[in-house]
Amino acid sequence: MFFSQLGYYSLILGFLLSLFLLFYSANSLKLSFQNINQKIFSISFIQLFTVVLSFFCLIYSFVISDFSNETVYNNSHTTKPIFYKISGTWGNHEGSILLWLFVLTLFLFLFIISSKKQSIKYRLLTIFFQQIIISGFFLFLLLTSNPFKFLFPVPNEGLGLNPILQDPALAIHPPILYLGYVGSSIIFSASLSALVQKNINKNWATHIKKWIFATWIFLTLGILLGSIWAYYELGWGGFWFWDPVENVSLMPWLSLTALLHTITILEKRLLFKSWTLILAIATFSLSMSGTFLVRSGILNSVHTFANDPKRGIFILIFLFVLIFLSLVIFFVYQVKEDFPKNKIFFISKETSILINNWFMMYFLSVVLIGTTYPIFLEVITNDKISVGPPFYYKLIVPFLFPFLIFMAIGPKFNWIKDSYKKINNQQIIFFVISILTTFFIVVNSSIEDLLLSTLIVGALYLFINILSDLINKKNNFSQKISHLGFSLLVISIIFNSLFSSEFSTNMKVGDKVNFDNIEINLKNIDTIDKKNYKSIIANFEIVQNQKDKVLLNPEIRIYNQPNILTSEADIKSSILEDKFIVINLVKGQEYFNVRYQVKPFMIWIWLSTLILIIGGFLSFIKKYQ
Amino acid sequence: MRDLKFLLVIILSLFFLQHYLKANENFLLVDKISKNLRCLICQGQSIYDSQSDFALSMKLLIKRKLEQGNSEDEIYQYLKNKYGEWIVYDPELNKKNLLLWAFPLILFIIGGILIFRKVFNN
Amino acid sequence: MKKKTSYIILTLLFIFIFVLLFRGMHNTNTYKPSEIKNKNLFEFSSKDLFLNKKVNIKELLVKKNFTLINIWSSWCVPCKLEHEKLMNLSNLDNLTIIGLNYKDKPINAKKFINDLGNPYSKILLDPDGTISIQLGAYGVPETFLINKDSKILKKYIGELTIEQTLEIEKIIN
Repeated sequence: MFFSQLGYYSLILGFLLSLFLLFYSANSLKLSFQNINQKIFSISFIQLFTVVLSFFCLIYSFVISDFSNETVYNNSHTTKPIFYKISGTWGNHEGSILLWLFVLTLFLFLFIISSKKQSIKYRLLTIFFQQIIISGFFLFLLLTSNPFKFLFPVPNEGLGLNPILQDPALAIHPPILYLGYVGSSIIFSASLSALVQKNINKNWATHIKKWIFATWIFLTLGILLGSIWAYYELGWGGFWFWDPVENVSLMPWLSLTALLHTITILEKRLLFKSWTLILAIATFSLSMSGTFLVRSGILNSVHTFANDPKRGIFILIFLFVLIFLSLVIFFVYQVKEDFPKNKIFFISKETSILINNWFMMYFLSVVLIGTTYPIFLEVITNDKISVGPPFYYKLIVPFLFPFLIFMAIGPKFNWIKDSYKKINNQQIIFFVISILTTFFIVVNSSIEDLLLSTLIVGALYLFINILSDLINKKNNFSQKISHLGFSLLVISIIFNSLFSSEFSTNMKVGDKVNFDNIEINLKNIDTIDKKNYKSIIANFEIVQNQKDKVLLNPEIRIYNQPNILTSEADIKSSILEDKFIVINLVKGQEYFNVRYQVKPFMIWIWLSTLILIIGGFLSFIKKYQ
Repeated sequence: MRDLKFLLVIILSLFFLQHYLKANENFLLVDKISKNLRCLICQGQSIYDSQSDFALSMKLLIKRKLEQGNSEDEIYQYLKNKYGEWIVYDPELNKKNLLLWAFPLILFIIGGILIFRKVFNN
Repeated sequence: MKKKTSYIILTLLFIFIFVLLFRGMHNTNTYKPSEIKNKNLFEFSSKDLFLNKKVNIKELLVKKNFTLINIWSSWCVPCKLEHEKLMNLSNLDNLTIIGLNYKDKPINAKKFINDLGNPYSKILLDPDGTISIQLGAYGVPETFLINKDSKILKKYIGELTIEQTLEIEKIIN
């Protein structure tokens, strides 16, 4: 109980510091350089400390199972393993808002200590804008989502033992995702600050670029972890469902990736200042909007947190205030682009990046409209529709082919001006190779999807280009690694989607079923009583092509507290394919519904995303000459 | 030439991969349709993935209707009449959903025009 | 001037989206199929639970002015809870109640009726659940109020409440 009190008052202190910093930083801007108090930076550290302390108090309350704390009571249980007691801290609404605050204050502090070379007024104003966000979240936490609510009488046992949430990938997915998702707040604040201070120059671009890359790495990694969890834990064999909550993490990613490309133009040629700012504002706005969509109860999704209209209204108002404020600042302090001096030529790297942004914004609009249209339609006409995977497939896939082509030839062009002759004979040969290879694949595997076949051409063309560049030229290594990762990702996803096969049937012990070249044999069942669940393990022997034998053991877990049944897939991964099997009880427990899938190149989907991230990391640590 | 080496490497690796690149011939239409339908009981899942009674009965019904000669679209239409448009993941292309499909494309065209003007108005 | 008008339009758009999202929050986010107004009942034939003979639903509808079709199962808890209300409704003159036994074992269904009483003039079987889907139902219990001409007057999803039974009584009188 003491720790709940400590955590609570620590938050109050943090909030007061936030108000103090708001006024003090705004005030200090009026002072001349010599009079600005350096202590303002130390106070930011104290604020970070209050949040960290509060966070640890909550973690500790979870670890000791202090059920006098309502959040702990709702989300924990004495029999939970300690790793999941700790991760349960941020697996609920209140704890995750505290995590928001942690990342907000941490990133501000890191910004302060790493921006010493920047102008003081710029740093002060960044603190100001970030504190607006921070104080908003403190208010939100204290008024509607207090993680330190007192519960009396103190219950003996907690409620939170959902086994689906007890998984290592799911445990670290929120913190990593938030480092990217929430971290974009500092880009937002710093950009607004630079705009007001008329500080947008090449030096600032280099400085902010590090932040863009850092948040991008975490955001990509966070999304990857979420997909890995979905694939290994949920038993349907997929990794992306275009569920609204997934889309909500993808949208800032698309905007941030576009920003990552645009900032390089700003750094090299000081062009597109306004557009860069719009992207910076948009990325964090999308994060905030996402938070609103997920927590307000407005969406129909299994992922959403428990909804409370009061919370929804708060976030909605907060979100609109932030966007309105940033747009007002954007229009008032409008930047004048120096166009007469800096021309953009048709064939140039700048145009390539513009085209990249063009496509990224299109993909973003598809995801945004697909996710929010049902909401608006329902309010206006009372009609309910669903927007699912077919919509996204139809609107995104056709545009991927030109996107891949541009991605292959775009980076080749030089800054300022280049010539179309860069698309030389070698390029034509590469393209022909891509077509021939695709033709070979299509013919040998009886693929009927023309659209996907065209995509394979594009992805191969990109892949061959990057490979050739990596071997021949040594510059831009980190960029090439990322693009290589992306091309591999596209190829892996296409092949995975084209060549996956699945088979579903009901079987009992001793049954042997054949399909394609595969024999599935349910040999026997083991029933084991574990500490908090009964485990039914089905032992399968799978024989492929009369020679490869594989043993798979999917499991059904019957929990008593709470009364939940989960199905744990067994997955055998090899470098070329995954064998995936899932069983479900059919009424009466005599039969099992068995779903067996062969999924080629799954490991490559994860690996290629990692390569994509590594490229970003290499860019982040790169030191310029 | 370097490029011929490429061609060779890729073709050789494809011979090796051929074994894994057999498109699934057992593709069932029932599966395709049930993947496109939402389960009313477990609303976050497709009929294909869901193990609820409703989903299992639905899969049977789809199979029966296909055997009776109904087309994929006829089945979607039939189910939409019973349960509303919500039940199908692929939104219809009608007046009500026109903006849904058209808006991103309109934005794409506007984006293209903006870039065109920026790059060629020099 | 051009700038001022574009600012005003932008602000109006802003407020418009805000209002839409605000109102969107008050809608429930789970989906319930809307009421089928003035639709005709799907015509089906099925075996009787006790007599093992196939019956067409249309024959049963003309017996009284109004028919209640109640989809139930022995394994469904809310069905047990609403059963007493069905027993009460079965006493009404203008109404006949037909049960549709959903995805059940005949032995269990019969035991359910033996234990709790039989409000149904006939019980038809829906062993694989496909009849219920063709009626537009998706779970148990669900109840349809039909008139003589096979028109669906009301659909009740879930356990019947007292208000709903009163509503039924009102309509049939």
